[in-house]
Amino acid sequence: MVERAIPSPVIDAESAPFYAAAREGRFLVRRCTETGRFHWYPRALCPFSLKETEWVEASGRGAIYSYSVMRRADPPYAIAYVRLEEGPVMLTNIVESDFDALAVGQKVGLVFVPTAGEGTPVPCFRVVRP
Amino acid sequence: MQEGAFIVGAFEHPTRKAPDKTIAQLHAEVAAGALADAGLTPADVDGYFCSGDAPGMGPLTMADYLGLRVRHYDSTDVGGCSYIAHVAHAAQAIAAGKCNVALITLAGRPRSEGLTTMPVRTADERNPDSTWENHFGIQTVNMYAMVAMRHMYEFGTTPEQLAWIKVAASHHAQHNPNAMLRDVVSVEDVVNSPLVADPLHRLDCCVVSDGGGALVVARPEVARELKRPLVAVRGCGESLKGTFGGEVDLTWSAARASGAGAFAEAGVTPADIKYASIYDSFTITVLMQIEDLGFCAKGEGGRFVADGNLISGIGRLPFNTDGGGLCSNHPANRGGVTKVIEAVRQARGEAHPAVQVKNADLVIASGIGGLLGARHASATLILERH
Repeated sequence: MVERAIPSPVIDAESAPFYAAAREGRFLVRRCTETGRFHWYPRALCPFSLKETEWVEASGRGAIYSYSVMRRADPPYAIAYVRLEEGPVMLTNIVESDFDALAVGQKVGLVFVPTAGEGTPVPCFRVVRP
Repeated sequence: MQEGAFIVGAFEHPTRKAPDKTIAQLHAEVAAGALADAGLTPADVDGYFCSGDAPGMGPLTMADYLGLRVRHYDSTDVGGCSYIAHVAHAAQAIAAGKCNVALITLAGRPRSEGLTTMPVRTADERNPDSTWENHFGIQTVNMYAMVAMRHMYEFGTTPEQLAWIKVAASHHAQHNPNAMLRDVVSVEDVVNSPLVADPLHRLDCCVVSDGGGALVVARPEVARELKRPLVAVRGCGESLKGTFGGEVDLTWSAARASGAGAFAEAGVTPADIKYASIYDSFTITVLMQIEDLGFCAKGEGGRFVADGNLISGIGRLPFNTDGGGLCSNHPANRGGVTKVIEAVRQARGEAHPAVQVKNADLVIASGIGGLLGARHASATLILERH
């Protein structure tokens, strides 16, 4: 199946370490150095406390919280919210999966998809067969 | 906010396609229409409100174009519901003595310009969520569709129940000669229309139209001198909801807080409301607001909207009797101002006779701006005819 070509992400000072790690295949999330609480999307200061945060490697396991297949796009693609094992819900795409069989609650695993241009990988998820 | 301010002028541009007009010109035409409706002149205006649809630097550019001399301005931009918030802000400014007559305008021509949606993301790299989300193909429709998908999962809501919202709007639009879509549709028509973004079909989506609308809000001393029915601003509420650091919960919207604020200020309950203008960018937008404003319990929205319960003369909660964004228009891809305009028509008893609610002395206008499935704003207004 031909999948949608994902455009390169805009990279800024707060996200540069994330995408550098992504090029090495590591999926980072950020947590509060004071409370240990994870958040998404990653920020320099914790959105729950405005305290400092640090990068931590995440498991890459999660479950679909909600999704929608863009049927009018060619090729169609699936936007989704995935709840990470670490807690936060992140916006992403479901890839390499049967779009007609997607369901809320399905277990998914991280797959870094290289993007157009320089090929910076972005964090997507595919359905995991139990 | 008893006796705080009155909506004295309301005007909706009749056009739905304006290839030969500028956006500023459309703003001027609706401003003229609303002032004429009120029986006021541009010289009476001392407060001006506009939002992101206005060209240039908002009120600075537009007040100059319109020839206004104002001592109060506001360019709050929270997407399509901005103009509902503008009425609240105008009433507050009037109560604070900052102005006597406030003019609010909206206009745009996305249909002529081929814009099926407002840009939901600027290319601006300074937008903090751009780096995390832009590349995933965010569209307005899929960020509302995910709310519908979750609602169906949590509460068993069906596509057929959502379709009833469009069916009700179409029943009203048949009486509006300016409406883009005047044919009455059935539940089957909606669910058999092509899927755009699961689970939303083409007929779950609002129209794309040119046009605009304007409102005039005045202090009581001014309003009582005019010859129009007195429509008082009784209660206002506004709220924002985001992704809360990853604590995403798509089962409720910012209307929960904006509605509670408006009802508390007005001292009334949802059961008192005779007519509701509810921003209908998509069918799910209406369902969420109906629940969050308290017209039914959370999760019961699907059952509530079914079987014509939103149709004037038939159901318990007549809504969007002009046909709304789903059938009539969605000028500038922002539906807030038309929601207030139809609520004012209902409160005055000036809606189309076929859809006029009997004794609609207490009405509500509610809107959602931005992306319901991510960062959005809500504004709620309760109006009473004196």
